[in-house]
Amino acid sequence: MTLSTFGSRSGRFVKAIFGAREGGILMVVLAVFGVTTLYNHSFADPLSVQQLLVGASVMIILAVGETLVVITRNVDLSIGSVLGLSAYVVGDLFAHNPHFPVLLGFVAGTVVGFVCGVVNGAIVVIARVPSLVVTLGTLYAIRGMDAIVVNGLQINPSSIPSSFIGIGYETVIGIPWIFIIAAALVLIVGYAMRTFRPARDLYAIGSDPQAALLAGVPVRRRVFFTFVISGAIAGFAGSLWLAEFATVSSVAGLGYELLVIAAVVVGGVAIFGGSGTVLGAALGAILLNTINQALVAARISAFWDEALAGALLIAAIAFDRYLFLRRERALRLRMAARVTA
Amino acid sequence: MSRRELGEVEPVAGEPQLALPDDGKLQPVTDPVTAGTGGTTTGWRWQSLGRWEVALIGFVLATVLYGSSESHYFLSGANFFDFGLNIGPIALMALPLTFIVITGEIDLSVASTLGLACSLLGYLFEHGWPMLLAIAVVLLMGVVTGTFNGILVTRLGLPSLAVTIGTLTLYRGIAEIILGSNSVTGFPTSYDTVGTSPIPHTEFTWTLGIFVVLAVIFAVVLHMTPLGRSLYAIGLNKETAFFSGIRVKRIKLLLYTLSGFICAGAGILWTFQYASARYDAGTGLELDVVTVVLFGGISIFGGKGTLAGVIMAVCVIGGIQSALTLINVSAQAQEVVTGVLLIISVVLPNSGATLGQLRARRARTAPSRS
Repeated sequence: MTLSTFGSRSGRFVKAIFGAREGGILMVVLAVFGVTTLYNHSFADPLSVQQLLVGASVMIILAVGETLVVITRNVDLSIGSVLGLSAYVVGDLFAHNPHFPVLLGFVAGTVVGFVCGVVNGAIVVIARVPSLVVTLGTLYAIRGMDAIVVNGLQINPSSIPSSFIGIGYETVIGIPWIFIIAAALVLIVGYAMRTFRPARDLYAIGSDPQAALLAGVPVRRRVFFTFVISGAIAGFAGSLWLAEFATVSSVAGLGYELLVIAAVVVGGVAIFGGSGTVLGAALGAILLNTINQALVAARISAFWDEALAGALLIAAIAFDRYLFLRRERALRLRMAARVTA
Repeated sequence: MSRRELGEVEPVAGEPQLALPDDGKLQPVTDPVTAGTGGTTTGWRWQSLGRWEVALIGFVLATVLYGSSESHYFLSGANFFDFGLNIGPIALMALPLTFIVITGEIDLSVASTLGLACSLLGYLFEHGWPMLLAIAVVLLMGVVTGTFNGILVTRLGLPSLAVTIGTLTLYRGIAEIILGSNSVTGFPTSYDTVGTSPIPHTEFTWTLGIFVVLAVIFAVVLHMTPLGRSLYAIGLNKETAFFSGIRVKRIKLLLYTLSGFICAGAGILWTFQYASARYDAGTGLELDVVTVVLFGGISIFGGKGTLAGVIMAVCVIGGIQSALTLINVSAQAQEVVTGVLLIISVVLPNSGATLGQLRARRARTAPSRS
């Protein structure tokens, strides 16, 4: 057996696994959807499906940002807090300036998130502290700042332009705007992650930071910008949250970070970096959200939702581990075969 | 030193590569969460330890000064009782987590275990179980949930961060299934006094009193027994620890079991303290517990820190929260302080190391110029 056949065969093997992952999740989503529809026919109503897509959109967007961070073997726990802060700031802008342009609302939200991302990235990269701890700290700090800014108040739907709220429920040929935005983001970032060199660098960093550094990848700069992008995306998601719910208090997005990480990991992004796709993470978000809605539709108590999400997350990690071991064993067998040949 | 501290690593010429193949884990040893490669010198470690503990003493004094300058009530016995109510459960859960973090792992499911214990206790009480039996069952449940974490981490070799984020959600979810949105009250008053009166003749709450006793035991075990020292060995380099005859996996499994047990105990105390059982008891508390441990100088990379540091961190964080509460800062706004403290506690020690590296690099390059 020559080296080249070995390489190409393992390449195909790996491709099959990753190809199967997104497909597999999609199958599960469809299965959940199908079974629920059998129980409750109204689950497949266009309106219900629209609601499903709207409900998943914010989480899909957050999952895109988190995927980039997790691929570099880091984690951003602050996204829930960033979302809350940005949603309130944008709502407050609208409340105080009735003629604030709608588009600028999104820009403002993104800028808030951008600033938070810069803080996260700077501390991680300059102080060289593990991102888990840093973003745990900023999770607190940003949420606390949010509470100070909000000061017990609340943004009401009446103070937000109707064209802004419309993004949350208006549709184009039956597809909600908010979902179109989420899908576009997934496609753009997904394409970038396949194509552009700086994006491919993220995989290299996640697989082996040391090797990436030796290969000339500007590791710290890449990681910094990954956090900035993740923050900006979370800020953008904050303005979409405002459009969807039209009301914000100081607990908006509380605890979202763990749900998003669950979605990302269920979607096949390895928690320790180096592999996974944006599309998979988005499907993971859709799956968690579909299960959530399916429980309601099947009249199972919504209390089961959280336990199922947790079990699913553990199953996904265990499944990843199984794939990893199988791949290892296959490689080792091939190596052994080559040595004996 | 840098190799252990970074997700990214600077190659240092001539330094041997200590990255042994991890025993099947997905992440290599440079990983920040579970890092465990050696390469540190004992001298440096002890120096830096000393420094952080000294800084903590400063923090404790500053907290007391600040608190008593803001309110005369701060140093009163009644306020100490409130301090115990707030920080007691967190402090209890921080003890086993300290051990776990020293071995280079993490347990984020602590607060969910507390919530599950709360839920189960409420459920059993509601269904007429005798209180002592219910308590025993809840403690057993803690052993089971902790062992489940441990098995996933050690026997299946899954990353503890991901596993315990999963069980964080799972255990809270089970708590929700058990109790729904009910809230169980009406526990026997002899138990509910946990939240209203201190241990006789003192101002210690029961949770804080139990914490003090356990802290002494934990400190003795950690610093004076072979088992305790082996935790550091595991955290610094688990390959080396394994080849020195330490049963790495078994010890880690036991630590997770212990963590589940103590968190269930904290959940029972929590239930009595607030005289009600709800599924959402202690939601988000895991972050406070992690903050206490890390602020106490336990390195997130494992293998470093002392229990004295954790105890002082309990005083500082509990003290600041109590002072801010006295001057009417809302609990949510207090999170800014908690978050900043957490970041300081990792940035300060690390920036010292970074500066040292820069200086070393300058020293290396300087002779070539002259």
